Amino acid sequence: MSDAVSALQGATHEGFVTVAEAGLVGMLSIRCDLTSKTLLKALKAHGFPKPEPRQIVEAESGALAWMSPDELLLICDHAQAAQLARTLSEALEKTHALIGNVSDARALFRIQGAKSDQVIMKLCPADIAALPTGEMRRTRLAQVPAAFWRSGPNEISLICFRSVASYVMGLLEISARPGSELFETASPSS
Amino acid sequence: MSTRLSKGGRLIDRAKRLNFTFNGKPMQGYEGDTLASALLGAGQVMVGRSFKYHRPRGIMASGVEEPNALVGLGRNARFEPDQRTTTTELFEGAETRSQNHWPSLEFDVGEINDAFYKFLPAGFYYKTFMAPQAAWKHLFEPIIRKSAGLGGVPKEADPDRYEQAYAHCDVLVVGGGVAGLAAALREGRAGKRVWLVEQSAYWGGRTPVDGGQIDGFEACDWIKTTLQELESMENVTLRTRLMAAGQYDHGYVIGLESVGDTRPGADLPRHRLWRIRAGRTITATGAIERPLAFAGNDVPGVMLASAVRDYVANWAVSPGDRTVIVTNNDDAYRTALALLDAGLSVPAIVDARETSHGALPQEVKARGVRVLEGRAVAKVLGRQQVSGVEICTQAGEGGAIETIDCDCVAMSGGWSPVVHLWSHCGGKLIWDAGQAMFRPDPERPPLGADGTAMVQVVGAANGDLTLAAVMGGAGLGACSSDEAAMMPVWQMPAGAPPALRFKSFLDFQNDVKVSDVQLAAREGYESVEHTKRYTTLGMATDQGKLSNINGLAVLSDALGQPIPATGTTTFRPPYTPISLGAITAEAKGPLFQPLRRTPMQSWHEARHAHWEPVGQWRRPYCYPKAGESHREAVNREITNTRSNVGLLDASTLGKIVVKGPDAGRFLDMLYTNMMSTLPVGKCRYGLMCNENGFLMDDGVVARLSDDSWLCHTTSGGADRIHSWMEDWLQCEWWDWKVYTANLTEQFAQIAVVGPKARQLLERLGGMDLSKEALPFMQWLEGRLGGFDARIFRISFSGELSYEIAVPASQGLALWEKLVAEGKDLGVMPYGTEALHVMRAEKGFIMIGDETDGTVIPQDLGLNWAISKKKSDYLGKRAQQRPHMTDPNRWKLVGLETLDGSVIPDGSHAPADGYNANGQRNTQGRVTSTYYSPTIGKGIAMGLVLHGPDRMGEVIEFTGEGDAMVKARITDPVFYDKDGEKQNV
Repeated sequence: MSDAVSALQGATHEGFVTVAEAGLVGMLSIRCDLTSKTLLKALKAHGFPKPEPRQIVEAESGALAWMSPDELLLICDHAQAAQLARTLSEALEKTHALIGNVSDARALFRIQGAKSDQVIMKLCPADIAALPTGEMRRTRLAQVPAAFWRSGPNEISLICFRSVASYVMGLLEISARPGSELFETASPSS
Repeated sequence: MSTRLSKGGRLIDRAKRLNFTFNGKPMQGYEGDTLASALLGAGQVMVGRSFKYHRPRGIMASGVEEPNALVGLGRNARFEPDQRTTTTELFEGAETRSQNHWPSLEFDVGEINDAFYKFLPAGFYYKTFMAPQAAWKHLFEPIIRKSAGLGGVPKEADPDRYEQAYAHCDVLVVGGGVAGLAAALREGRAGKRVWLVEQSAYWGGRTPVDGGQIDGFEACDWIKTTLQELESMENVTLRTRLMAAGQYDHGYVIGLESVGDTRPGADLPRHRLWRIRAGRTITATGAIERPLAFAGNDVPGVMLASAVRDYVANWAVSPGDRTVIVTNNDDAYRTALALLDAGLSVPAIVDARETSHGALPQEVKARGVRVLEGRAVAKVLGRQQVSGVEICTQAGEGGAIETIDCDCVAMSGGWSPVVHLWSHCGGKLIWDAGQAMFRPDPERPPLGADGTAMVQVVGAANGDLTLAAVMGGAGLGACSSDEAAMMPVWQMPAGAPPALRFKSFLDFQNDVKVSDVQLAAREGYESVEHTKRYTTLGMATDQGKLSNINGLAVLSDALGQPIPATGTTTFRPPYTPISLGAITAEAKGPLFQPLRRTPMQSWHEARHAHWEPVGQWRRPYCYPKAGESHREAVNREITNTRSNVGLLDASTLGKIVVKGPDAGRFLDMLYTNMMSTLPVGKCRYGLMCNENGFLMDDGVVARLSDDSWLCHTTSGGADRIHSWMEDWLQCEWWDWKVYTANLTEQFAQIAVVGPKARQLLERLGGMDLSKEALPFMQWLEGRLGGFDARIFRISFSGELSYEIAVPASQGLALWEKLVAEGKDLGVMPYGTEALHVMRAEKGFIMIGDETDGTVIPQDLGLNWAISKKKSDYLGKRAQQRPHMTDPNRWKLVGLETLDGSVIPDGSHAPADGYNANGQRNTQGRVTSTYYSPTIGKGIAMGLVLHGPDRMGEVIEFTGEGDAMVKARITDPVFYDKDGEKQNV
């Protein structure tokens, strides 16, 4: 569908870090018993290992994050999300499971720069300094729910609901204004 | 008069001059000055008028405890009252203004209050102005309110920006004096994640002024090397200008950082509120010197002894050429040495103690200063500035022995540890009689979640007043002059008669005197908390930093009981005032609240939709065209939808998928009707009640497959109903195999409504939407004109109606396509008001209009949607209780006005007689009321006593003002009763 658009259509903002809406991204919400062999086999078939609690694991075709004791979030190409949802649903037909295509219910942001942590520190009560690579933190960003993880060197990826993407962009923009850095160096004590 | 000294001043940079104004008068200071040091340096001793008596006031302190020297700072939108000059850093172009006087600081009409002080004692407003009654509200109160008070209020919105930030650490050390530095060093070396915060711009606290040696080094050198080591530690964060305002449970600490205060107008946050989670807090907050209570202790030029030497040493400011020092302890003698070293005169030291033989007094005496032992200040001479002091014996009643000329008085009544952070979460205090102060009780600290001490206290905050004691506590050696015992002095002289006590101030900011506290005691106030509120002692913006201990000592004396028996008032955050802007932070303007946007929001915005808030969404209420009123727009949208085709953005509707082997059973419990029997491909309207039987949500449920259903909720109810489902699944029916997913935002949903709806959709092609292929109350999935669509044949308007759900990313494209394709069919968008009117014309209820949390489905004639077959559903039991089955419950009916007018929203139908409260009895109320362009008159729905049995009866509703509106009770369905239009 050529007319499909993400919430902010890739808007970016340059502050003391770069904030960008990442455009259309595929996301599936998977609710199932996470020890189910059928589930793990179906995920493995697409190259996804099982994430431990709070983990996010990267694979060739995307990433898989632990959301709760009975929920995973699969991140993939937007164009492949619907088909992947069907494939997984079929594989889990005889298992109690719910695969929801939530690609369009979300917005994804990338925060890039050495001081990315400082933007998160202004908006979010989580201890970002203690967040290791490979872990996803579900928390809040000012007044809305959010989740984020370290997706690369000096890069944080952040997911929120689509309807509040403008609000989140506003938060990130004001928090990344030059001159309002919390520390001169990238991070305080960790 | 005060002046700038030609040399010295460890904090100022004489190369950088800064211009500022005071009451419009140009003045100069230096970088490193506070407003207070700059004012004193420029010779400005009197800086304001007092709260109640309008007495001239000057600068008393050099830190956060300052009660008097508050000014208005800035202008217009950046004007801010009550700025403490002693902690506000000077910046280029600062505009300051003194407060609480008219017409000028020097000549103030309000000063007359001082002459009438006898009529304005503590609690005067409870006793005077009793009659006539009306005069209080209209005459006395306005006058008192005008004459009392501090700074004015800015009249424009604050243009500055503020922010918050979260920090986490193992140990938070509050206070950057030597005790705090030593504590941070110890914790830092132990590898802890440490934050060290200091409220001022400088490290070292009082020690650089008072001197001494630490660990074999001069104190200043030790501070420097310690700072260097701390700065080199990766695990230690150092912050100045960050005031820890409050300690809360679970190691939560709030701190205010000054970021852009000295650069108004710069693109910087002005303040930053830090929200710190600390494993443990070490408070090293020091101590505050106490004033002495003698007559005229508030005259400009009377200062705390420590402040006098601060001004000399830190900012090279002489508070006066000749300073008389009045004290009850050895520490104040340091002020004499500092003044002498600066070449200033100390005509005398008035020591209330009979003898003074400590090392410091010896040193001062050796330099030829007169030390008057066993003496006191009877009164201070001068009004707008000190001109001298009358000396008397401390033991006597104030008879003057001699008068000494001077222009500054440095007083010291001992020191009080700053125990606020220790006390905020319940740390207890003990009375230290030797030093006449309350100090933290190590046996009773505030406890954390694990039952151990959450806060530790070190240094002067712990009552260790000498450098040797402070550093000894940190395990370091230090030397400073030995100090002899102090002598508690709560009133000077001890036998001061009323005339002196009337002018001996305890609380400078609220103008509370020794006589006021004694009066309160005589009038029966025994509790310190009650006395505080009656006299207002300690209730000003300084929260009694200087006054509390002196006040409760005077109260204890008046009550004839020891000080610990009286106890302290409660210490509450914040330690010093914090800006409201910092509490608000980013949450203002467009970021005040999250504004949820549908995929079509920008289209609505471009058409200048008039908005209606629905939860955090803003939905188009109507789309007014040029020159059209909102009501005209609504009427047009309704008429067009009923005769052509209309589009509604229904994306905000809740969409929750419920799936699993037990999903049917689960939905049968949640809804009042049966959902488990719904065939795949069909839709059914359902009601949800809470456990008390009250109607809480409604919507159409579609069965997607054997084991999955899609539940539509109200726009405002999506998140709440999803949580409600999860609550039952996780907490009550945890063994039921059901999963839910809230897919509300995954789909854009567009209602295509009206007789030409099918015609429009057929133009898009791809799906057969004929009556046969998609009958009423069914759904279909397919490709509609290239869009991935799920189409529900449901109607909330009574017209032929399709609701089309597509992935949100495709929503705007589909909407624009429908608008383009339907041009010649007269397609128009309609808003929520048209939606509301059309549903009312059809007699459909709306959650929140017909329901208000007290209404059950049976009240609304919805018995058809309540299953008789089911053994249970949420609310069933409650609906069988006598009050719920009472035939006198008001029931839903339609209402048609006889004159065609619209009954005002919220109108009641009065009944005969009055109830026990003398209120008019009622027999019904309106729940929805609109002008119906379809019917051509006012229609309404309402709950009426025995309503369904009274069809055709005319009853009266309250109208505008005293008018009454006659309305006929009818069936609530006004339009197409047989439903032929929606079923074509």
